[in-house]
Amino acid sequence: MLDRANDPTASPPTEKAQLRPVAFRGAGFAPKAGRYAGWIALLLAIGVWQLAGTAGLVNPLFLPTPVATMRAIYQLALSGALWQHLSYSIMRIGTGWILGTVAGVVVGFAIGLSSLARGVGITFISALFPIPKIALLPLLILWLGIGEEPKIATIALGVFFSTAISVYSGVDNVPRNLIRMAQSFNVPFHAIVRRVIWPGALPSILAGFRITASIALLLVVSAEMIGAEYGIGAFVLQAGNLMQTDQLLAGVVILSLFGLAVGRLINWLETRLLHWR
Amino acid sequence: MDLIADHITHRFGALAVLDDVSFTVGAGEVVAIVGPSGCGKSTLLSVLGGLLQPSAGFAQLRGAPPPESLNPLTFVFQDFALLPWCTVEENVELPLLHAGLTSGARRAIVEDAVGRTGLADFRGTYPKQLSGGMRQRVGIARALAVRPAILLMDEPLSALDSQTRQLLMEDFIGLLADGTMGAVYVTHNLEEAVRLADRIVVLSRRPGRVREVVTMPMTRAERSGIEAREKLLTLQNDLWSLIREEAINAEREVQHA
Repeated sequence: MLDRANDPTASPPTEKAQLRPVAFRGAGFAPKAGRYAGWIALLLAIGVWQLAGTAGLVNPLFLPTPVATMRAIYQLALSGALWQHLSYSIMRIGTGWILGTVAGVVVGFAIGLSSLARGVGITFISALFPIPKIALLPLLILWLGIGEEPKIATIALGVFFSTAISVYSGVDNVPRNLIRMAQSFNVPFHAIVRRVIWPGALPSILAGFRITASIALLLVVSAEMIGAEYGIGAFVLQAGNLMQTDQLLAGVVILSLFGLAVGRLINWLETRLLHWR
Repeated sequence: MDLIADHITHRFGALAVLDDVSFTVGAGEVVAIVGPSGCGKSTLLSVLGGLLQPSAGFAQLRGAPPPESLNPLTFVFQDFALLPWCTVEENVELPLLHAGLTSGARRAIVEDAVGRTGLADFRGTYPKQLSGGMRQRVGIARALAVRPAILLMDEPLSALDSQTRQLLMEDFIGLLADGTMGAVYVTHNLEEAVRLADRIVVLSRRPGRVREVVTMPMTRAERSGIEAREKLLTLQNDLWSLIREEAINAEREVQHA
């Protein structure tokens, strides 16, 4: 039997003079995004921008109002020009991104799993990754002609290096204890890659996709500005040259919406594939 | 099937970790390995389980494994080593997927292993949703699924709180009771060693050498009674006196490293 004697020190003091609350020191350092704060701030900024334009505080040639920009988008959509430019850009981004991603995943896994590939691959990647890929476009035009190929190759190159790096970093970060566990159960190599390394590296790979989507968008606009008749980049450049700033901003807004849509797609993929986190 | 540590020596670069360690784990026998921190207990277990090539010596098997065994030497890991993207059921099934079993046979084995470890209600749960004790139960269920001849347990309770440790220790005693499965049980906890082992291999500080092999004077069943407690405590103290001086020196070594 346990002795449960009363502890005289356990009862609270009764005299009020002795009581002093312990000061709370644990506030802050835990920022949380409010549910509507971002949208409210965005709407406020657009409202102020619109008011400044309407009141004549800003020259509409230099900064068209949001309403004028939306009108330009609407007219572009009606005329069919929006779809024409957008379809070219999407085709280039899609093809370049897929080619670069497939090559990057293959090379990244090879570097992550093979000593020979690591020795060779990391040297090449370290040497070539820092080169701004758009600087290679003239060379790629010389090699591949003036059609779609050099633009797609520029995007693919930009996507390839970042993908390869995120894939082999992901493979490197798969906990070794999980690999040893699988080996201890005689799980074959291909099954370890499929069931342990691939899902373990997936968070890093998807984070890489987010970065490469931005790189692809950046490169498609740059490449289209340098040498294309159609595409959002070419459209933005043409509008700038003709001082059609409402059209220019329309192109920028479309790019922003495209980037947001890609971001949402990757969020959806993460929710589906990384639900276990 | 016997597992033999045959003059095992291992070095990590210039650091000698194990020096000429030899002992045998007989069929159905539970051998605990104790010793000061850093004496090479886990390294020895990795060598015995084929996960590490020793610098010299061999880990050898004598005799045929039980015919139904899919993985005669099976690890239970200190950190559980569960795939976080797999459910309890999928984790237990992993070692069976490439064993040439039909899906029906796999299902039956998983059901049995999950049932034996009290995980029947947690089949679809992910590891992050489980407590440490339940995670280790998944690790044990996975090990049982391949019907091992010898379990290689690397401090399987050290990451758990004392109450969970107690409960899992009782589970281990139950699982090893019929003598069909042997175990090498690496631990720094002498209480676990004296409760579970048939023999205790005491290693010296690094480089680990076999300092003494203690044979337990009573069966595991006899150890559960109150009257055995005093004897076990005496044994534990004897083991501690063997290790204490070396543990102090080993700790100083680690601090100065």
